[in-house]
Amino acid sequence: MAASAERSVASAVPIWQNRTARSIFYQAVVLGLLVLLAYFFISNTAANLAKRGIASGFGFLNNVAGFDISFHLVDYDLQSTYGDALVIGILNTLLVSALGIVLATILGFIIGMARLSRNWLIAKLAAVYVDGIRNVPLLAQLIFWYFGVLSTLPGVKQSLSILDTFYLNQRGLFMPTPGFGPGFWPVAVMFGIGVAAAIVVSRWARRRQMATGQQFPSIRVGLALVFGLPILTGLVAGFGIDWSYPELKGFNFAGGTQIIPELIALTLGLSIYTAAFIAEIVRSGIMAVSHGQTEAALALGLRRKHVSRLVILPQALRVIVPPLTSQYLNLTKNSSLAVFIGYPELVAVFAGTTLNQTGQAVETIVITMAVYLAISLAISAFMNWYNRRVALVER
Amino acid sequence: MKHLKLLAAGAVIATFGGIAAADATTLEQVTSRGQLVCGVNGPAGLTGFGVPDDQGNWTGLDVDMCRAVAAAVLGDATKVKFVPLGSKERFTALQSGEIDMLARNSTWTLSRDTDLGLDFVAVNYYDGQGFMVRKDLGVASAKELGGATVCVQTGTTTEKNLADYFRTNSLELKSVVFETADQARQAYDEGRCDAYTTDASGLAAERTQLKDPGNNVILPEIISKEPLGPAVRHGDNQWGDIVRWSFNAMIIGEEFGITQANVDENKSSDNPEIRRLLGVEDEMGKMLGISNEWAYNILKQVGNYGESFERNVGLKTPLGLARGLNELWSKGGLQYAAPVR
Repeated sequence: MAASAERSVASAVPIWQNRTARSIFYQAVVLGLLVLLAYFFISNTAANLAKRGIASGFGFLNNVAGFDISFHLVDYDLQSTYGDALVIGILNTLLVSALGIVLATILGFIIGMARLSRNWLIAKLAAVYVDGIRNVPLLAQLIFWYFGVLSTLPGVKQSLSILDTFYLNQRGLFMPTPGFGPGFWPVAVMFGIGVAAAIVVSRWARRRQMATGQQFPSIRVGLALVFGLPILTGLVAGFGIDWSYPELKGFNFAGGTQIIPELIALTLGLSIYTAAFIAEIVRSGIMAVSHGQTEAALALGLRRKHVSRLVILPQALRVIVPPLTSQYLNLTKNSSLAVFIGYPELVAVFAGTTLNQTGQAVETIVITMAVYLAISLAISAFMNWYNRRVALVER
Repeated sequence: MKHLKLLAAGAVIATFGGIAAADATTLEQVTSRGQLVCGVNGPAGLTGFGVPDDQGNWTGLDVDMCRAVAAAVLGDATKVKFVPLGSKERFTALQSGEIDMLARNSTWTLSRDTDLGLDFVAVNYYDGQGFMVRKDLGVASAKELGGATVCVQTGTTTEKNLADYFRTNSLELKSVVFETADQARQAYDEGRCDAYTTDASGLAAERTQLKDPGNNVILPEIISKEPLGPAVRHGDNQWGDIVRWSFNAMIIGEEFGITQANVDENKSSDNPEIRRLLGVEDEMGKMLGISNEWAYNILKQVGNYGESFERNVGLKTPLGLARGLNELWSKGGLQYAAPVR
């Protein structure tokens, strides 16, 4: 009875007083204005670009770039195109971001836990680290690492050498590169078998523990399988690896692999800076878990290390992961500061040299922004997936 | 592809939108503003070409170019607002109308003249790219630089020349690219690179900033042509003419020996070309759309090209550059101006 009365009232009001109709109307108006605004912006820019005789379009990506890039993971030479340069830039950005994220996470967790340590000295040192590092601008730190620390290393001809295979100097770290000959195949195959076997063992161990409560040292056995099998094979049949060693030839070292100081400085700067923020996130996450949880776990007879791993950390992660995601995103975007210390990442190579040589500012900046957006969205998506995994499962 | 392009177009609207409304010519804008906005070398400046002193007064060969245009258009060489620009943003600043003209040791190239929608109107310094190395490296020629690490600044023609030169001579190149000339020079000075490359004039300027200038030599090879000159937006031909003729007036002034000191006496000269130049006869300034005193103001307030050269980069300055290609055509150089008639 009440419902039908309401309905009759609703049909009685005119359409401009109907709440649903009105909200649809307002949203349509706002959307329409947005579209108009966008149209105005785009047509105005296009007209102005044309009026000023400035070339536009993406055809330039196929032109020969003709400039050198000091560090590239895939082939790049002086005949490569601007498109290739873009790829190099993206790969270098991804490389430094990945290295930075891994190192910052490890360092951040260590510092964060150290700050909660019952040892006074360790806790204070961690506090000094956090407050010292996160209050100094990242750019200043990068310049410190690059111009202040790494450039004080000895020159090329006075390199620090470790066993005459690794060399460290102002031009970076030089190390041998493995060249994989045909004899390497058995080792690689055994490595694959080792990985597969380790997975089978760990699954079996888990099932057994669920059924009987008995534990099995599956991590140690797994490691033995993954590394032991290929090493044994190698010892028996030979590794088939042909090492290329760095050698001083002319001005520089030739052969081997060069880790350029720009990459080292950038990775150090980014991970040390971001680790300070991660440490605080980790600390807050751990402190968010009520102390009663620890007491309950101890009362159940769990050992201290198990309390941390099985009770505290899983609950702390629920608090840690969402803000951790923003730190990963920050780190990735901060890598664009690399241009100040000469590391050839996306902004330096593409939004820098390419933009200047082609003059197509609009296109290069849009591509650069789109790439950062794509990388950031990918990181977010992964972290959201991980967050759902560690989130509280309500039964 | 088309959508991306449209999206891209949207991104710059903030910059370009404002200018669309203002359809006044650059000359009208400058006169109504009472000030010339001139893009010069930044952020820290380049000794001899465009650099601010302790009091923030800009000096340099390029700065004199700006001052000459201000003198011609506004009658006062001090009515200039200098905008220091990095190598990457300089052309965008000009395209977008942020500055009226660019005098920032920029190389005149075909692609910049066309694709970038600019017009280079004069060459106020004929330069070429060279290399600087430490003496103890024992290198006498750029051809011996195979496998060497070279420090270079981004956003310049230098990067491509460097790559082209190494490719032509089948040398192996390792370049390290920095955002500013300061950082590139510092990295070279610290030993990160074996060589530092930029335009020869820039090398001379940067060498004065090194820890031990005497331990560094500039190699004899000049690997490129770098005609450096002022640029304006394409399409405003009247403004382009004014900047071109402001420079020409400085050259012609030197040809006739008209200096800051004797320009007043020259007003009573019998030479018809001098009389036309200084606005005593005919109405050359009016044809350009500015005062007939335009060249007189330039020569009185800024001086002729030779004076500007010697004051800023010449042998008596820390840069110590010889006139070389920048000598007048009549003395074996390339500086030549069309006549005023």
